[in-house]
Amino acid sequence: MAEYLAPLRDMAFVLHEIAGLGRVAQLPGCEEASADVVEAILAEAARFAGAVLSPLNRVGDRAGTRCHDGVVTMPPGFGEAYRQFIDGGWNGLGCDPAHGGQGLPGLVSAAVQEMWKSANMAFSLCSMLTLGAAEALERFGSAEQKAMFLPKLVAGSWTGTMNITEPQAGSDLGAIRCRAEPRVDGSYKLFGQKIFISYGEHDLAENIIHLVLARLPGAPEGVKGLSLLLVPKFLVEADGTLGPRNDLRCVSIEHKLGIHASPTAVMSFGDDGGATGHLVGPANAGLEAMFVMMNAARFAVGLEGLGLSERAYQQALAHAKERVQGREIGGAATAVPIVRHPDVRRMLMSMKSRVEAMRALAYFVAAAQDVATRHPDAAERQRNQACVDLMVPVVKGWFTENAVDIASLGMQVHGGMGYIEETGAAQHLRDARITTIYEGTTGIQASDLLWRKIHRDGGAALGAACARMRQTLAELEQSAGADFAAIHAAFAHGVAALEEAAAFVVAHATQDSRGVAVGAVPLLNLMGIVSGGWMMARSALAARRKSDAGNADSFLEGKIVTARFYADHVLAAAPGLAWTVTRGSPGALALGEEQF
Amino acid sequence: MKILVPVKRVIDYNVRVRVKADGSGVDLANVKMAMNPFDEIAVEEALRLREAGIASEVVALSAGTAACQETLRTAMALGADRAILVETEAELQPLAVARLLHAIVAREAPQLVILGKQAIDDDANQTGQMLAALLGWPQATFASKLLVANGRATVTREIDGGVETLEMPLPAVVTTDLRLNEPRYATLPNIMKAKKKPLEVFKPADLAVDVAPRLQTLGVAEPPPRHAGIRVADVAELVAKLKNEAKVI
Repeated sequence: MAEYLAPLRDMAFVLHEIAGLGRVAQLPGCEEASADVVEAILAEAARFAGAVLSPLNRVGDRAGTRCHDGVVTMPPGFGEAYRQFIDGGWNGLGCDPAHGGQGLPGLVSAAVQEMWKSANMAFSLCSMLTLGAAEALERFGSAEQKAMFLPKLVAGSWTGTMNITEPQAGSDLGAIRCRAEPRVDGSYKLFGQKIFISYGEHDLAENIIHLVLARLPGAPEGVKGLSLLLVPKFLVEADGTLGPRNDLRCVSIEHKLGIHASPTAVMSFGDDGGATGHLVGPANAGLEAMFVMMNAARFAVGLEGLGLSERAYQQALAHAKERVQGREIGGAATAVPIVRHPDVRRMLMSMKSRVEAMRALAYFVAAAQDVATRHPDAAERQRNQACVDLMVPVVKGWFTENAVDIASLGMQVHGGMGYIEETGAAQHLRDARITTIYEGTTGIQASDLLWRKIHRDGGAALGAACARMRQTLAELEQSAGADFAAIHAAFAHGVAALEEAAAFVVAHATQDSRGVAVGAVPLLNLMGIVSGGWMMARSALAARRKSDAGNADSFLEGKIVTARFYADHVLAAAPGLAWTVTRGSPGALALGEEQF
Repeated sequence: MKILVPVKRVIDYNVRVRVKADGSGVDLANVKMAMNPFDEIAVEEALRLREAGIASEVVALSAGTAACQETLRTAMALGADRAILVETEAELQPLAVARLLHAIVAREAPQLVILGKQAIDDDANQTGQMLAALLGWPQATFASKLLVANGRATVTREIDGGVETLEMPLPAVVTTDLRLNEPRYATLPNIMKAKKKPLEVFKPADLAVDVAPRLQTLGVAEPPPRHAGIRVADVAELVAKLKNEAKVI
């Protein structure tokens, strides 16, 4: 199996032409992100991803993690790779320099994270969770908590977790029962069990900082009674040194379909008198803190979808160029590499075009987040935040559904060998499968999009996005040639379908909420397909501008052809999805339960 | 002690090399470039000597177009203290590079020059030897181990059929083989600091060096494609083919 080779050419194109790295580098605090420094960072990250993390992807899948007496052992090589990862300073790339980070914009972070996820998704989860915990502490922690924990989390010498789920509380956080009782010294005694805790226990770092959602005595029922507590594996003395082991343990780890190298722990708190925890932020405000972690985590899981899709595509492409089988339709009698067969070509283009659309959309959203966080003008910040909020469920939901399909296509390109584990194509499909489920299933993302992001503001944010798409349509109209005519035609139908579906849900959300909810996932897919089409149209226009300016790079021609494929094969599905959103509810809801 | 490490910008080893349509050379347009891997080993060795307290300064040097600054930044991201670029658009052949290095050595007065045994683009394997000859310094090529103590360098070098150990007084020239060390990865903070490290630029004329090519390239061609294998009936046919067609026995 070939090792991962970071697609630096496409990454650079998207960073400059779609996400506007130049504009992001002008934001206050982003001055370090000049084009040459970013290029050097990406080149070295690509080396590290390809030579250190990628070879361990298979090792981790096969060896998995082991749990014995509450001690979890990581697969061979992971400890050394993690040490190299944190010694290289990669963990704190996007973190505040005040805590030891490098303060690079989220846009640069997104590109680098994509590489970690392509190279070794199971490995990358540890850092992702640590950064999520650091972000929550940064926003809600006390000055003492920040001073004590942030430098370690930013460096990665301690790792973080997110303890939310309990056996009876999955998508419904209101059912959480884990409880915390105050002690006289201001700390809390924590009791309860948490499940599905990624990197809840491992041997990569000297301490693990658990952020746990729990209820304080007398807290209101439901999600409004949840508080966030910081519960370290080893208690930390006032001088920052490690003290005794806290009263928490890993009971077991799960046997999963994929991401075998990511230990998914069942955690038990307070079996021996209560685990010591500290309240983060005000009492009963845990959900808000959790949403901070959740939004970042949802975007990061979208990047997992992108990263896995890229890896699956690279592997399928290498196989298709190498595997000789069957003669070419209309060609000579000799056998040819299967990449010459039109259907294999179609599958590869379907993978490639969606990977490029996702990359463009992910970096576009990452840049919007940087503007929303750092721009001096409040109106500009607000406009970009609305765009990010609208797009995060799309990045999470649509990317990960794509990833499952793309990894499946990757297996299909391999034929029978793809179904054999040794080939390696199966791992990508198994690893991708969790991404549509954790951090909120696709159904949860779709209902977030439908109710919070479209219905709540009467479709204003979506309308603003559609208006920008229509500007791109006007630019396409000015561009000559069959490719641009095809892209224009499909994109025009796509935007119209999205507007029709959005108008329908806004008009019917109140009177027929159940019926509208049937169309939530189709709407999310429609939104993803059309947003991706927008990005590919902009990519094609940028490629045309560059080649008109005398750049003879064949990559640019490839970009335009890929955008055309996307238009005719992916965007073409948009009107069908609008059909389902506007007409699909009776068929879904009419049967009585006893009729199933 | 100061160490000078010349580094060359070459086509990235992951890239499939293509010959220009007119056969005049290799197509470098829009191709990813990187530091010559043997030179990465040279940088690493110099950094280890500095970290061991034997060297006090590591200076990276490159000759070529302005784009070579990127390669020098890479050397500084790995840990080199500063860099020198001899900037020219001219085609540089090994003798010209050796002369440029000679001129820089005269200005910088390093005790040791460590460079890759060859560059992976033209595989000439000449620059280090020519530099040593121009300087009149001792040289140890193809080093797989380097010890520096008491003004002398002890170098284990890989030769046909085994290894040889040489000892020579400093100043000296050492060229690196693959097994000398395993280069480190640049850390993120060092990549960001590299931009602020000093990079000095000269022109060949500033150094009074004539870089005009002495060799003329007649043509560059792809190697012939590999032919498909054939099945032989027995050993006798195999031997006959090896003898009469392949003419290898």
